[in-house]
Amino acid sequence: MLTLEAVTLRQGSWELTAEWRVRAGERIALIGPSGAGKSSLLMAIAGFAPPGTGRILWNGEDLAAKSPGDRPITILFQDQNLFPHLSVWQNLALGLSARLRPMPDQSERIELALHEVGLGGMGLRKPAQLSGGQQGRVALARAMLRARPILLLDEPFAALGPALKAEMLMVLDRVATATGAAVLMVTHDPSDAKRFAEKTVLVADGAAHPPVATAEMFANPPPALRAYLGPQA
Amino acid sequence: MANRAVEIAPAATLGLVIAALILGSAAMLATRAETWVLNPADWAALRFTVLQAVLSAGISTALAIPVARALHRRRFWGRTGLIRLMAAPFVLPVVVAVLGLLAVFGRAGPVNTALAALGLPPLSIFGLHGVVLAHVFLNMPLATRMILHGWQAVPAERFRLAASLGMPPPALFWHLEWPMLRAVLPGIAVMIFLVCLTSFAVALTLGGGPKSSTIELAIYQALRFEFDLGRAALLAALQFGLCAAVTLMSLRLTVPSAFGAGIGAAMTGQPPTGWRRRADTVAIAGSAVFLLTPLVAIALAGLPGLWQLPDTVWPAALRSVCIAVVSSVVAMIAALTVAQAAARHCNGWFDLAAMLPLSASSLVLGTGMFLAIRPFASPENLSVAVTILVNTTLSLPFLYRLLLPEARQLQADYARLTQSLGLSWVTRLRFVTLPRLARPLGFGAGLAAALSMGDLGVIALFAGDRGATLPLIVQRLMGAYRMQDAAAAGLVLVVVSFALFWAFDRIGQHYADT
Repeated sequence: MLTLEAVTLRQGSWELTAEWRVRAGERIALIGPSGAGKSSLLMAIAGFAPPGTGRILWNGEDLAAKSPGDRPITILFQDQNLFPHLSVWQNLALGLSARLRPMPDQSERIELALHEVGLGGMGLRKPAQLSGGQQGRVALARAMLRARPILLLDEPFAALGPALKAEMLMVLDRVATATGAAVLMVTHDPSDAKRFAEKTVLVADGAAHPPVATAEMFANPPPALRAYLGPQA
Repeated sequence: MANRAVEIAPAATLGLVIAALILGSAAMLATRAETWVLNPADWAALRFTVLQAVLSAGISTALAIPVARALHRRRFWGRTGLIRLMAAPFVLPVVVAVLGLLAVFGRAGPVNTALAALGLPPLSIFGLHGVVLAHVFLNMPLATRMILHGWQAVPAERFRLAASLGMPPPALFWHLEWPMLRAVLPGIAVMIFLVCLTSFAVALTLGGGPKSSTIELAIYQALRFEFDLGRAALLAALQFGLCAAVTLMSLRLTVPSAFGAGIGAAMTGQPPTGWRRRADTVAIAGSAVFLLTPLVAIALAGLPGLWQLPDTVWPAALRSVCIAVVSSVVAMIAALTVAQAAARHCNGWFDLAAMLPLSASSLVLGTGMFLAIRPFASPENLSVAVTILVNTTLSLPFLYRLLLPEARQLQADYARLTQSLGLSWVTRLRFVTLPRLARPLGFGAGLAAALSMGDLGVIALFAGDRGATLPLIVQRLMGAYRMQDAAAAGLVLVVVSFALFWAFDRIGQHYADT
């Protein structure tokens, strides 16, 4: 259980509050206008920017003292998710053991993970030799290997076209199922939320509102969401 | 966070060591100076030092402007080669440059032969003329590259706009070029001024005598020949004060990069024709001849002697290579440590520590160490260790400046990913930092090694009959008027210096696969 306990993020006069919980294995979309603080909230949970006040807990344990690498978290950033000078295989190994010399059984796991995301046999390539979608798959394979109980996604697929993005969501679904991780996914596309997340958090007007069932949220959008979606919705 | 202290500890320790070294030397000098009154010879040295530095900086910068402009607006065969050649004097050992200039401008050189044929009086290369000539030869090319960089930094769209408005060249100059020059020239001039203030090898070989001695040379003479420790300490303290003041001043000025100068930046508009075209031709041809002739002269003078080099040359070369390799590797480790800490923790103290050595010169540090060591051991026995320490310290500021932007970029791009994967510092160093920074690390280590290889400074103070480095051997051969041997040894020196630079640079490029 991930608990946001009276969390407040501040930056100058900008402020964002959040007070809610995420159960293990839950899939949650974070939606809202740009600048509302979706990414900032993810960065706070991942440990890159401590919250001004409040606590972030995992299964009752305060995460404040833990560095990003020690938290029960894998995060996919908008970009720079892979080291460009390392091969796909090395990028995965680095995620697995923080060393480049994994045990023999770990080698096997790396091969398996590559197959799982549809990149079997591409371990020796460099990220630059892969398409954007394939790079996203590598990052997801690494998330699968790390198998941390929380997976945070900061719009890593925003630059992909609709078909590719749908494919990535399927891979993500497989990874999340395999690891049983709770997923928090930032998106600005309502269809991502509808396709993938059972619950949606609306981030607007200085607050990350508690999660609501996605279907219900879009059937009955609150005013802030209606303003964000525009007259078409 | 808890490991923040652990993270900055090595860099902080290094910063303290550098500060202790520089400020300790200064304090040592201040306590050992027996008087604070300068005698007439000291005043003369101070005057000459400042005069030659002002002239060298002014002439180098002034000559560099037309050359840089010509290189910017003209395209011709050999342009790329000429721009590359402009970086060479930076790694060219100073004694070798002096040998080349002697061969061209010396009594029997082609210049004086031509003057005699025209019935004109000969030109002497010794004294103020020679010192300034050598400094211009060594610094003008670098100034040219820096100004060229400034020119290329002016957006091409502005030149295009000016061309579309039909701006005549004078208007172009006042609206586009002059603001750029006004921004970059002071930094360049002060940098050259600072380099020339601490000039030792040039003054040793071309200056000398009471009328044309720099402070740096006066320190050497006081310590080495008069064995007047108090006077050496006083002069070194004076030199330190002078350099520290100029360094402080220069921190407010921006110094453009000399190494980023692009080879093929886009050019827009038609370059002007008429007398401007002829002037550009003169600038380009003149600078090429000025640069190439001494280099060719060295090669020609040195080649015949290569097969009968004095016995002292090879052991000295080996010693020099060891000093160069060790000091460049140590300097690189130190610069990387401090630059990474500075990139991570935006802290002015790291900047200050890395820039502090600019205020010291080779002989200032050398004198400080000489005074510190002498009660306990013979300085002669420690000459190699002291040379390594001084070379390492003095190359730190420019390696730091070279690495800092790259370290900042690495931090901006991959710090979060590295942190989120929880990589240990060993893993981070081996698989992230070294491969990502391999190129500037190799280039910087190459520059440091070449500079150290060609350096003639503190070693002249410490070395006895044995234990000399190759530049010192070259200088001694020159001093003994064995010019043929000096030229041959100088040729070996320049080849080894460039080879070291090339080797380190290649290693860096090899590991920098992106």
